[in-house]
Amino acid sequence: MVEAGRSPNIEILTLAEVEALSGRPGNFKARVKVKPRYIDPEKCTACGQCMQYCPREAVDEYNERLDFTRAARIDFPQAVPTAYYIDEERCLHLNHETCMICTNVCGPKAIDFSQKPEVRELEVGAVVLTPGFGEVPDAALEKYGYGIYPDVMTSLEIERLMCVSGPSGGEILRPSDLSHPRKIAFLQCVGSRDVSCGRPFCSSVCCMYAMKEASMLKEHAPEAEITLFFMDVRTQGKGFDAAFERAVEKYGLRTVYARVPKVEEVSGRLGLTYVTEDGEVHRELFDLVVLSVGLSAPAGAEDLARRFGIELNPFGFARTSVADPLTAKPGIYVAGAFQGPKDIPESVMQASGAAAKVSELLAEARGKDQVAKEFPPEDQDLLSLPPRVGVFVCHCGVNIAGVVDVERVKEYAAQLPGVVYADTTVYSCAQDSLERLKEIIREHKLNRLVIAACSPRTHEPLFQETLREAGLNLALVEMANIRDQCAWVHADDPEAATRKAMDQVRMAVAKARRLRPLELQKVKVTPGALVVGGGAAGMAAALSIAEQGYEVYLVEREPELGGNLRRVRFLAEGEDPQKILKDLIRRVEKHPRIRVYTSASVENISGYVGNFTSTVRTQAGSEVINHGVVVVATGGREHRPSGYLYGESPKVVTQLEFEEKLSRGKRSLGKVKRVVMIQCAGSRGEELPHCSKLCCQQAVKNALRFKELHPDGEVIVLYRDMRTYGFYEELYREARKRGVVFLRYTPERRPRVEKKGRGVVVQAYDALLKEEVEIPADLVVLSVGIEADKENPVAQILKTPLTSEGFILEAHVKLKPVEVAVDGVYVCGLAHGPKPLSEVLAQARAAAAKAVVPLAKGFVEVPPIVSSVDQKKCIGCGICAALCPYSAIEMVKVDKRRKAQVISAACKGCGVCGSHCPVFAISLGGFTDEAILEQIRAFGLEEAQEAEKEVEKEAA
Amino acid sequence: MAKKSGKVLVVGGGIAGIQAALDLADLGYYVYLVEKKASIGGVMAKLDKTFPTNDCSI
Repeated sequence: MVEAGRSPNIEILTLAEVEALSGRPGNFKARVKVKPRYIDPEKCTACGQCMQYCPREAVDEYNERLDFTRAARIDFPQAVPTAYYIDEERCLHLNHETCMICTNVCGPKAIDFSQKPEVRELEVGAVVLTPGFGEVPDAALEKYGYGIYPDVMTSLEIERLMCVSGPSGGEILRPSDLSHPRKIAFLQCVGSRDVSCGRPFCSSVCCMYAMKEASMLKEHAPEAEITLFFMDVRTQGKGFDAAFERAVEKYGLRTVYARVPKVEEVSGRLGLTYVTEDGEVHRELFDLVVLSVGLSAPAGAEDLARRFGIELNPFGFARTSVADPLTAKPGIYVAGAFQGPKDIPESVMQASGAAAKVSELLAEARGKDQVAKEFPPEDQDLLSLPPRVGVFVCHCGVNIAGVVDVERVKEYAAQLPGVVYADTTVYSCAQDSLERLKEIIREHKLNRLVIAACSPRTHEPLFQETLREAGLNLALVEMANIRDQCAWVHADDPEAATRKAMDQVRMAVAKARRLRPLELQKVKVTPGALVVGGGAAGMAAALSIAEQGYEVYLVEREPELGGNLRRVRFLAEGEDPQKILKDLIRRVEKHPRIRVYTSASVENISGYVGNFTSTVRTQAGSEVINHGVVVVATGGREHRPSGYLYGESPKVVTQLEFEEKLSRGKRSLGKVKRVVMIQCAGSRGEELPHCSKLCCQQAVKNALRFKELHPDGEVIVLYRDMRTYGFYEELYREARKRGVVFLRYTPERRPRVEKKGRGVVVQAYDALLKEEVEIPADLVVLSVGIEADKENPVAQILKTPLTSEGFILEAHVKLKPVEVAVDGVYVCGLAHGPKPLSEVLAQARAAAAKAVVPLAKGFVEVPPIVSSVDQKKCIGCGICAALCPYSAIEMVKVDKRRKAQVISAACKGCGVCGSHCPVFAISLGGFTDEAILEQIRAFGLEEAQEAEKEVEKEAA
Repeated sequence: MAKKSGKVLVVGGGIAGIQAALDLADLGYYVYLVEKKASIGGVMAKLDKTFPTNDCSI
């Protein structure tokens, strides 16, 4: 958010709406109406005086209407832009021409009631629509007592209630009597999977967020008993199943398979009546009921569709295709929940994918309208002064200030040696605070900075950039994490926390005084990409990169392109997968910027972001190629389960094998009348730990296909949770309508396949009958799941970390879903984790967008925290080179002697080399031995001084 | 035909819109990020913590 607010190439228009769009791809004209904020953001310092004095109350939408705010306000303290505004619907002056108190109290005279709505005509080459999702109408929630009983709350309300800056300061209180709820129920599928409210689809995210909220509630109120009522547990995302099970165990959450039809009030508590799968009726009382409300199409979707001339699906979401899930129509792309309910990583992937689509369309105009971000030259006079340290102690709202006495920490910091300035800030990361920081640097001639706030992991780059803007070297800032490492963990002992924060600040100051400027290096980039894997993901990524204007080397180990997609005959969405495949192959093969290597392998990849050199071996010999980035799309494969008589009986097949039979028509099925499908055969804790995400839709798709060929045929699906998330739910409903029978089994009682006479039978436990049943089957179809290749040589060469299941681990689960730990390497498709084709194709474009970033820039900036070798001291033992996890150290000959040399662009600054060097020849920028020793000394300083005083006292 | 524009319109300032805007800026385009509310962030900015890293959503 803050990054978007700081980019010179992103202009944020708030309170704005697009009224009309005309023109064609490449040259659109958009008319945007921008409503006035009545407070000039350039002048506003976000001091909050206007809000403090504003007499007019307004309902606080940010806090889900659980609280009041004022007509003059900021939605939340970290908001971007960090400026207040006046709600024109509530303001007394704008409605009744009275008041104007804010105008009088505003110091910088930022309030301007003369502002008028402005209409801007924008010329743009492309449009990306990301309006998000809308709310389920309250009427649909009424049957659960929402709006009638105060203790029935929505999941978003709970989210605000748990927040320390929320309406209750993070305390979980029942709205009716402000007591602490002891028994809490989560009702899933509220406003989802519900035909009665026009929302038959699954919202995909609620199971997971309910689990998160339940876990957080337990953190806030460990004594609470929490029950979650599910229809199915749909935690199909990567790593979600494992997380769900961990949470259930760790927090003692109770899960019940039942749909609760309604909520009643019973003497001040909430009564739930429900039927479990064994047919028994239960009645239970709770203190608080949380409705896990689903995602709807965004408000005004029809208007939006009309204005942009795009199509919607029957539920009001944008209509796209499997082959191109990001394009609504040429030049207009969609991403996020508007394309269908989805979680944060999926939204982020689609957003990057949409950026790639734009970049394909507008490749010729790249850079044309950009504004370069310029930093002032470093202020040499300031840098040459002896260290002058400024300390900023951050409140982080109440995150820190609620525990640590920040004023005392500030006072303490002010008298430390070398400190010439100390102050507190409410949110030091807020845009206005950063501006103030720059002013103070100039005013007080600061040349070292200590920010006592949160984690450098998330916020250091922001402060480094601010230093550069102020004419200082970026390496001259040190962060003391007094939030995560102090306030959060010592919330129960404010006094000790305050003393610890002082210790942390003293240590940071000691280190800051020893910080030296570091040089920011730029490395040129070879403008080409290596794409490993010629399946759907690899081909789509290659095509996108090539369309964006860069050379691609596409390497496939099989003799033909296509990968797993070659075996898929039908898609749940109804499109023809073989047509999608043929189209991809045709476009890849004729593209002038793509070189395809089949029956080929990548033997060696060396180098680093911007400058990789690889050897590709084909039957014709091997070839060395140079490229700037790598996309890993090495795929996955159909699991082969042991058991279930697979491979022993011809009557037991996998879904893909069944699909192949179905595609050959009725005759290939012979006399098959009854098909029994077994979901999760080998998955979710049997041989594979994970859920493969697509087997449920595959099963339903094939069941329907079978029913089409054999209307009298019978299909029985044995499942644990039907995970037909999103719009796949429609297919599930259709299958039930057509008479497909679904029977749930538990992991303790997995179905077994046995031989009986010349046929096979499936033994399964029927929860309703409470007994084992024997189902004779003409064909048993196993949903076997997807596994990672046992060996992934490319991942090994690149040293990319893998998950325990063998899939490639992304850099950040939520925000960096296609990047990996190694710079310049990106991942997509099944190599990242199992997912259906439309998601593979979206992710491939996301990887293409990320891969093109360094290619388009032409250079990469190397962060300055890298190792350097003092070659005079180096004895050439090579320990560092052997240990470096990023292959960033090479051994070279210097004057006929073996010496270690760091490849700065590949170095991640982990420090492994330095800590193992036997002769202390390696030091890490920003973490020199000298500075760290000083920091450690400072840690003991206080105690040493105390001891000295004691000794003096005794002597006296 | 007129030369193509190097500017892009992103409608909606939630996590998807912000991510698209950042990537487009990185890819060499100038972005107008249009948001109907007074600040960007969308629903994600309302979340107390995000799973599984429990990072602050902001």
